[in-house]
Amino acid sequence: MDLWMKIGSAVLLVTMLVVLIPRARQMMTQSPKGTTSQWVSFLIPVGVVVLFVLLLMQLV
Amino acid sequence: MATPSYVPARTTESVLATNKVIRNTYTLLSMTLLFSAVMAGVSTYLVMPPMTYLLSVGGALVMVWFVLPKVARSANGIWVVFGITGLLGFGLGPLLNMYLSLPNGPQIVGVALAGTGAIFLGLSGYALTTRKDFSFLGGFLLTGFIVVLLAALANIFLAIPALSLTISAVVILIMSGFILYDTSRMVREGETANYLLMTVSLYLSIFNIFISLLHLLGFAGGDD
Repeated sequence: MDLWMKIGSAVLLVTMLVVLIPRARQMMTQSPKGTTSQWVSFLIPVGVVVLFVLLLMQLV
Repeated sequence: MATPSYVPARTTESVLATNKVIRNTYTLLSMTLLFSAVMAGVSTYLVMPPMTYLLSVGGALVMVWFVLPKVARSANGIWVVFGITGLLGFGLGPLLNMYLSLPNGPQIVGVALAGTGAIFLGLSGYALTTRKDFSFLGGFLLTGFIVVLLAALANIFLAIPALSLTISAVVILIMSGFILYDTSRMVREGETANYLLMTVSLYLSIFNIFISLLHLLGFAGGDD
């Protein structure tokens, strides 16, 4: 990565952080707490995605 | 107590409104993905320099944060959505050229594209059919994304390949969560959900999954 790309990437990432951190704080306070069954219903499809990505990595 | 006669009618109306939002969102999403692919094709053909990616992503984010919220409820909002997705698609050109120049480049790009489509369809189908409430994920996903951004910022200077791959893997998981979260919002909020904002949100998840998958597959295919 050349120097200008590094500087540009850093500026973009810092800008994203500045914009997103207040939104994340707000969402953390406003989001309802998930129950165990809700977390399980999230973790199952995400686990399937992990296995699928590993399969794709074997394919190429 | 007898059920008031207007209750079933309102419920039917609400279901129809939800279905309308879902239909509008997926129609616009398909159109923007197609437009984005055309723009990516143009950018690839023109062999745009690597800086194009950064400028396009920067420009698109400015539109997402500062322009879209102001026009999301007006008819002009649709042009802003096409502007954002077109810009992001155009930014993909240098990245695609880099991967296509690899010996198995076309295969890597093809598998990344098909894989992204399968992940999106699978997760959307899961959230739509189960109709589970994923609203609890909002804060967790955004905080996770901020941690990823901090790691990415550190890795610009550290340049550790393993960290770069870990970031890509975590981005796929976080964006998968966002697909569940947004689809669930669309189902629950129904008529109050804005289909332009929903489209952009889902598009950004798909975009990030595609780029991260491209990175992981590029590594597995032997570019790193």
